[in-house]
Amino acid sequence: MSNPSISIKFFVILALFSVLLLIPVMAFASEQAATLEPVAETVPAASSMPWWGWPLILFVVTFFLGIAAVLGGVGGGVLFVPIIGGFFPFHIDFVRGAGLLVALAGALAAGPGLLKKGMADLRLALPVALIASACAIVGAMIGLALPAKVVNIALGGTILGIVAIMLMAKKSEYPEVKQADNLSTALRISGVYHEVSTGQDINWKIHRTPQGLFLFIIIGVMAGMFGLGAGWANVPVLNLLMGAPLKVSVATSKFLLSITDTSAAWIYVNNGAVLPMMVVPSIIGIMLGSLVGVKLLTRAKPTAIRYMVIGLLLFSGLRALLKGLGIWN
Amino acid sequence: MDNKLKATEEQIAYAKLLDIGMKVGLLSITVTFIIYLSGLLTPHIPINDLPKYWSMPVKEYLHTTGIHTGWSWLYMLGKGDFLNFLGIAFLAGVTIVCYMRIIPILFRKKDTAYGILAIIEVLVLVLAASGILKAGGH
Repeated sequence: MSNPSISIKFFVILALFSVLLLIPVMAFASEQAATLEPVAETVPAASSMPWWGWPLILFVVTFFLGIAAVLGGVGGGVLFVPIIGGFFPFHIDFVRGAGLLVALAGALAAGPGLLKKGMADLRLALPVALIASACAIVGAMIGLALPAKVVNIALGGTILGIVAIMLMAKKSEYPEVKQADNLSTALRISGVYHEVSTGQDINWKIHRTPQGLFLFIIIGVMAGMFGLGAGWANVPVLNLLMGAPLKVSVATSKFLLSITDTSAAWIYVNNGAVLPMMVVPSIIGIMLGSLVGVKLLTRAKPTAIRYMVIGLLLFSGLRALLKGLGIWN
Repeated sequence: MDNKLKATEEQIAYAKLLDIGMKVGLLSITVTFIIYLSGLLTPHIPINDLPKYWSMPVKEYLHTTGIHTGWSWLYMLGKGDFLNFLGIAFLAGVTIVCYMRIIPILFRKKDTAYGILAIIEVLVLVLAASGILKAGGH
């Protein structure tokens, strides 16, 4: 059942989140306004490892990230950016470009099956996707214009916010929607899906559509700015706020990423922030890992793995934050 | 059985095209990457020098390597590293084609609102892909 207090909690977390995100951006803006001197960035020294060393490690790590993402119920992008950005020698610009393409490839691979089965809903996705993809362009442009330290601080804050959402936000299998709102009625956003586990056909409709669409502005900007994918935010908004059943929310969110990340990915591609030597091993590694993850899903203990993923995110979020603040370089 | 239980015509059309596009895209990035690694085509950036560049901010990387932004990679497809952009661009372009596929279906079904939404989405994605939008470097 839909719980208003959960929705309020989610709103509060997302608002705090936006503030966390805006603080370093605004600090940078005022710094720039105060002085027209360019901000110098430290360029790390090249690694002494042979050229193939880091791409190989990247492939192995993304393989395990693919397994962890499936078992932990998160998207690959949200793990990829903070972990690779925090512990690999690649610049955060290229990490975000690769992160978006990793999330995009995963969403494109899952999309056809989810659409054909009717789990992902095109009518629900289209209006949301338009807002999120347009805002992802803005996010990508802001992200590429900011210095690495500001991006790292904002990314660290965002990842810590995601950890809070993962720990606090509950899920509702079949949220109670007493009456569809006017906008969703006009757009005829509703449906029926077949729940295999119970053999039931579930009728669903949504409410609070304008509020949901508004939140997708923030989600789109964040997706583009950090290259994270946005499943961590899409699902709570679609499920808890707008009242779509959990499975429809998860499936539509995954499909949605294929549109949101497309627009942001083009900005990174066109601005040179894509290195094939990072992108291709990452995509292949995470996809192979996902395949193994799906096979392990029946034997694994999801709660333990979920906490492990949360721990990983917490650690990499702190790392990004401290790296940005110059405390842990 | 309720008709709503079945995915709509436009949803199926989108899914079918996405399925083909996604498979061709993933195959392309794999094949072009193998060509890149094999050294069949000389890369613009020597593969041994890559570690010098991947830790640079993108603006500095572009300046140092003399790589231009936007669609300039199209003129460099003869280089092993830039050949990879063919598959990457294909993956990033699949969604635009899928949207274009469903626009006539939506208008035929007199679903004007969604037809217009789909057209606007195509315009947004084409704008992103056009290379017109330049991020201010840092």
